[in-house]
Formats: sequence, structure tokens, C-alpha cells
Amino acid sequence: MKDTRFIRFVIFVNASVPLLLLLHDTYYHRLGANPSEFAIRTTGTLALLFLIISLAVTPLRKVLGQPWMIKFRRMLGLFGFFYAGLHLLIYTLLDRSASLRAVIEDVTKRPFITVGMASFLLLVPLAITSTQKMIKRLGGKRWNRLHRLVYVAAAGGALHYYMLVKADTREPLLFAAALAVFLLYRVANKYLPKYTERKPARTQPRRA
Amino acid sequence: MLIKRSEEIKASEITDKGVYTSRRLFLRGAALAATTLGTGWLYRHFATPSQESAAGEKIADVQTASGATVPAINDAKTAYEDITHYNNYYEFSTDKQAVAPRAKNFITRPWTVEVGGLVHKPKTFDIDELIKLAPLEERVYRHRCVEAWSMVIPWVGFPLASLLNEVQPMSQAKYVAFQTLADPNQMPNVRSGNVLDWPYVEGLRLDEALHPLTLLATGLYGETLPPQNGAPLRLVVPWKYGFKGAKSIVKIRLLDNEPPTTWNLANPREYGFYSNVNPSVDHPRWSQKTEQRIGEFGRRDTLMFNGYSEQVAGLYSGLDLRKYF
Repeated sequence: MKDTRFIRFVIFVNASVPLLLLLHDTYYHRLGANPSEFAIRTTGTLALLFLIISLAVTPLRKVLGQPWMIKFRRMLGLFGFFYAGLHLLIYTLLDRSASLRAVIEDVTKRPFITVGMASFLLLVPLAITSTQKMIKRLGGKRWNRLHRLVYVAAAGGALHYYMLVKADTREPLLFAAALAVFLLYRVANKYLPKYTERKPARTQPRRA
Repeated sequence: MLIKRSEEIKASEITDKGVYTSRRLFLRGAALAATTLGTGWLYRHFATPSQESAAGEKIADVQTASGATVPAINDAKTAYEDITHYNNYYEFSTDKQAVAPRAKNFITRPWTVEVGGLVHKPKTFDIDELIKLAPLEERVYRHRCVEAWSMVIPWVGFPLASLLNEVQPMSQAKYVAFQTLADPNQMPNVRSGNVLDWPYVEGLRLDEALHPLTLLATGLYGETLPPQNGAPLRLVVPWKYGFKGAKSIVKIRLLDNEPPTTWNLANPREYGFYSNVNPSVDHPRWSQKTEQRIGEFGRRDTLMFNGYSEQVAGLYSGLDLRKYF
């Protein structure tokens, strides 16, 4: 198996770049006229982006025949969860003035917030069960089945975004389209594995 | 069987371990630096508010509005930088922070405004002639967007009533319709036919249009309007949500029935013809009770008719504002 430690390190640094720049811009008052809205939008977009990138890993590794790429999936998914949590935190503190009551009112009255909150809550058990230990404890099959929920959460995230915009639906539709492509690939791959993936080149014996 | 002996590779030809690892280290460092810079560039490209804008020009002879018609506001005025870099002008972009740079080369001369319909003296005004119809005043108004943010803006302009009196509305005229520029050569979303049905159209009841607070604005902060704020001429109706204030107006018509309005056509359940600021009637998707005043930390309560109840509530006596939102 290829040594992926360095590549994982590169991904970690790159996935942290938006956070560092966002913090930098906050400190220097460069978030524009409406900083809280800007931070909420940006972290929300990043959450959706990382979830979708994490869902691209499996199609990509199968199409390319590079099984070691699976090693990046957990970290990408966790970054998605992290940015989603930040998104929810900033919204609660700044947009709803840290009032839990105001958040609950939003969740119950505003469908796009209901969908967003439900999607976030779906991610919580997935993040908790993302460790090696939990995979062992649940068993691969059950773990896989549970983690299919990430498609629901990501679709919910895209829907949340779609329901929020006033008229320009292009960006949320782009996210939804990417998601649909990856999901369709998984379905196609399940029934037609012969035509949808490349056999990994076995140059070295696999290490346990 | 020939067995190659290790002596056949000379010791001097073997890459030194130090060279090998430093080369590897160098490549890894380069890969890390290049991807990080790339990601940083992408973030900057997609998520950085722009500072670019077309500049306004000083307007001579601006008078101060009389306190009798325009109630004083004690709140601080919103910074010029914020007013001119946080704009909803969907013909250019749906990203509020991207409008200013995209609109910076917008051409506002020559410009004509056609005023017609149910009037005795229809006329096409040249913009420079139109803005001399009445003395220009500075008026500091609250501005409340339907998206629940607000500003305090020192507009420069004159009452719409001055223009309407010039063309003399007929007695059948009950409404005023506004049409704004839709130029595919200058406006990306008009060119691609995206987002909304262009041109953008708005409307008022005639009594609303004649109200002394209803302003035709040509400037802000003592300077001509920059394109993103609606140059060269826009409507300002301070007790209504911001989208009622049509920008870059090219046509005004007086009618006997209610004209169609763009946001109402796009989503009649969410945007009514009246669209008066009203904290007790929520937008179907979000609350209108509070607002984010740009430049402030935390939110403030939204005021009925945006704080202009005393001046305008009389226009709507007997009207169910829940039904006619």
C-alpha cells in the first residue's frame, strides 16, 4: 500500500487554508459590509464543498484504480463536518444573538433552516463513528450502511442552500448536480462493476 | 546462469542518501507550497469582498432637506464604503459584493428618461435636464432590505412629485410604473437571460408616488450615484423594502391599474406589490422582526414602516397589511 502520510498532510494543510484566511480577514476587518453574513455564507459553502469532495473519493479511486485514495475520505468528510459546525455556531451566536429560543423558532418555522439543521444533526453520528475503533466496533458492513447517510446529509445541505437563495439557483444546483453524479456512479458501480472501475495494479504485495 | 554481482554498480554511482532525502524533501516542500498557494488563490478568488468601484463626482448646490418633511435620524450614517460595496443589483451580479467591480464601467451619459402614459404632457427628458427640475436636497433615510439588513443613507435627490407635477397626471391615473435599463452589453445577467425576467419593473400607487418622502435620487454622500447604487437616477421609498427602489430608471408610466412588478412576478407568495416594511409580517422564509444594521454588531428591532409610520401610515388606513403585504 502506498504511503499516504505526506499526501494526507498536504490535504490537511490545504483544507485549513480557508479557515486561516477567514480568521485573518476577520481580524483585519476585511469581511465586507456584513461580516456575520459573509462568514455564515462562506463556512456553509465550505461545508458543502468538503462533503461533496469526500463523496468524490470513492468514484475517483475506482475509476482510476487507485485504492489507496480511500485514506483521504475520512479527513475530507470531517472537514465538511467541521465547517458545518462553524457555520451553525456563527449563525447561532451572531445571526440569532446566541438565543437558543430564536434558533428553535427558526428551526420550527423556517423550512430551509429545518432542512439545514437536520442535515447537520445527521452528520453528528457519522463524525462520532469515524474512528478506526468505531469501524471495528460496528463492523464494516453496518458501518458502511450507516455512513451512506452522508448522501442524505449532503443532499440536505444542497437543498438548504437552494431554499435560501432568492432567485439565483445556479450555485446550489451545481452542488446538487455533482452530488447526483457521484451517487449515480455508486449505483452503476454496484450493478456493473466490470464497466465502471479499473482493477488496481498489483505491483506490490499488500501490507496488512 | 549469470548472477550479477553487486560490485558491478560502482559505489561512486550510488546516490548519496543525504542527496536523495534532501531532493525528496525539496519536492515535497514544493508540492505543499504550490497546493497551498493554489487553494489560497481559489479562496481569494471566490470569497473576497472587492474594494473596486467607479467613483462619484461632487454635486454642487445640495440643500439640506427641511425637517418638516423629513424626520431626523439619530443613528450614525452607514459608511460610504459599505453603501457602495453591498448592493443588490441582479442585472450585474447576485453577489452583493461583486456588483461594484462589475458595474464600474457602466455608461450613464447620454441617458434619457421617457415619462408617459396617462399624463397631459408626456416627455422624454435628458437626464441632465431632468435633475434640474427641482432643487437637489440631501435626505438621510433608513434603508431596509427585504433580506433583513439595513443602512442609513444620505441620499441626494428631489421628490418624485416634482417630476410627476411637470407631466401632469390625468385624473384616471392611479398608479406609476417604473422600468429600469436592461442592456445586455453592459449587464452580464441580462446578456445570459438569467435570474429574473428583464427589464426590472416596479410600481407604486399614485398617492405613494406623490408622497413627499418618495425620492428620485441622483446621488449619495454629496456625490453622484455610483453605478451599483442605481446611477444615474433611482427611486427611493424609505418605508418600503429596498427592492421597490428601481435603479437606473429609463421609463416612467402613469396607469389606471396596478402594474406588474418583477419580484412579485418571480414569487408572488413572497413579494407583494406593497412590500411595506413590517416587522409583524414575516417573509415566508425568514423573520422580519429584526435586522442587521450594516456596521453594527448584533441585530436591532425592525420598525413599522421602517420608522416612518407618522408620515405614511395614513396611506394605508383600512388596508389589511397581512393580505396586501
